[in-house]
Amino acid sequence: MTLTVTDLSVTRGALPVLSGVSFAIVPGEALILRGPNGIGKTTLLRTVAGLQPAYAGSIAGAEDQIAYAAHADGLKPTLSTRENLKFWAQIFGVKDVTHRVSEALADFDLETLADRPAANLSAGQKRRLGLARLGVTGRPIWIMDEPTVSLDTSSVQRFAEVVQNHLQSGGSAMIATHIDLGLSGTELDLTSYKTAPQQLDDFDGAFL
Amino acid sequence: MIALLYRDLQLAFRAGGGFGLGLAFFLIVVVLVPFAVGPQSELLARIAPGVLWIGALLACLLSLDRVLALDWEDGSLDLLATAPLPLEAIVTMKSCAHWITTALPLVVISPLLGVLLHLPGGGYLWLVISLLLGTPALSVIGTFGAALTVGLKRGGLLLSLLVLPLYVPTLIFGAEVARRGAAGLAVETPLLMLAGISAASLAVLPFASAAVLRINLR
Repeated sequence: MTLTVTDLSVTRGALPVLSGVSFAIVPGEALILRGPNGIGKTTLLRTVAGLQPAYAGSIAGAEDQIAYAAHADGLKPTLSTRENLKFWAQIFGVKDVTHRVSEALADFDLETLADRPAANLSAGQKRRLGLARLGVTGRPIWIMDEPTVSLDTSSVQRFAEVVQNHLQSGGSAMIATHIDLGLSGTELDLTSYKTAPQQLDDFDGAFL
Repeated sequence: MIALLYRDLQLAFRAGGGFGLGLAFFLIVVVLVPFAVGPQSELLARIAPGVLWIGALLACLLSLDRVLALDWEDGSLDLLATAPLPLEAIVTMKSCAHWITTALPLVVISPLLGVLLHLPGGGYLWLVISLLLGTPALSVIGTFGAALTVGLKRGGLLLSLLVLPLYVPTLIFGAEVARRGAAGLAVETPLLMLAGISAASLAVLPFASAAVLRINLR
């Protein structure tokens, strides 16, 4: 299913940060978001994921299609690696939970850590577990916010392979990242969509 | 939905999950009361229903800031919000988990603590019934308060201030059922009011909590 974003404006802290963003992601393709810190990459991703309302514009084809991976991995420290994944697979209601979980564990080389509590994982291992979660959701569109943070080079390569496989099997992805993952897809630099500071004509000074 | 409830229960019972916190608090309050007010058994018997209800209510309050704040901190609340479950179901399961891990143990242990306070013989049944009927309202109202304060750092103080007035009707009618039961009077009127409060909270507040949570997640 194609995700189409038309003329989208997003706000952070009630201030518009990006406006007029338009793009379409077709199955099999990835959209890589670029732009300096603070430009609004996370805000855009959260809006597309449905966590905050759009200020203007429209998003089509996102309903119940998206798996979102934020900066925080959403792991429970007292649950084991496998239990964490199993929980998310059940929440997303996939059919073959056990199979999906073991597949995701294999994808991110987490099999040897499967029964270890998430509290005892290193930062990179936690990140890998957080990314493995995307695989067990069964959702076609993966939205990832700087997924490679704290990953070593071989894990980054592994991650790129997993995303590439996902794209080849008809999925799509939207990734905010600063590094080159070598994925097939388009790049979108957000710098040009930055909202210009606006002069408020009807500003009520007495209100302050 | 069951998976979420199961996970929350699992988290509560594992190390550091906070199970037993409310129970220990309830125990301490009730054990200390006879030391503070003196050993006259008629006096203790008279105040027992009220003390037990206040203890249970405060014990419920104690664990409220864990209901949603932990999931907020580690990011799982955001991820849950993008899951196919509606937020209404998520907050209902959260209240349910809070009730099972915090309120249910209080209900179970309350007759035992009633003995310490010389609760009259006829009062035990009505004490347990009033707590069973009233504590679901405490959990649901508490989850609403937790949803209101979820984005705030150290929101516990604000949470207590917001929730306490909402707890008052439940406390009044709950303690009244227990008091009348202990005194051997008719309990129908406060019992029906208590049941009404619980039913209304259960019906309305999950929707309010979900709406508030949607705004707080932005």
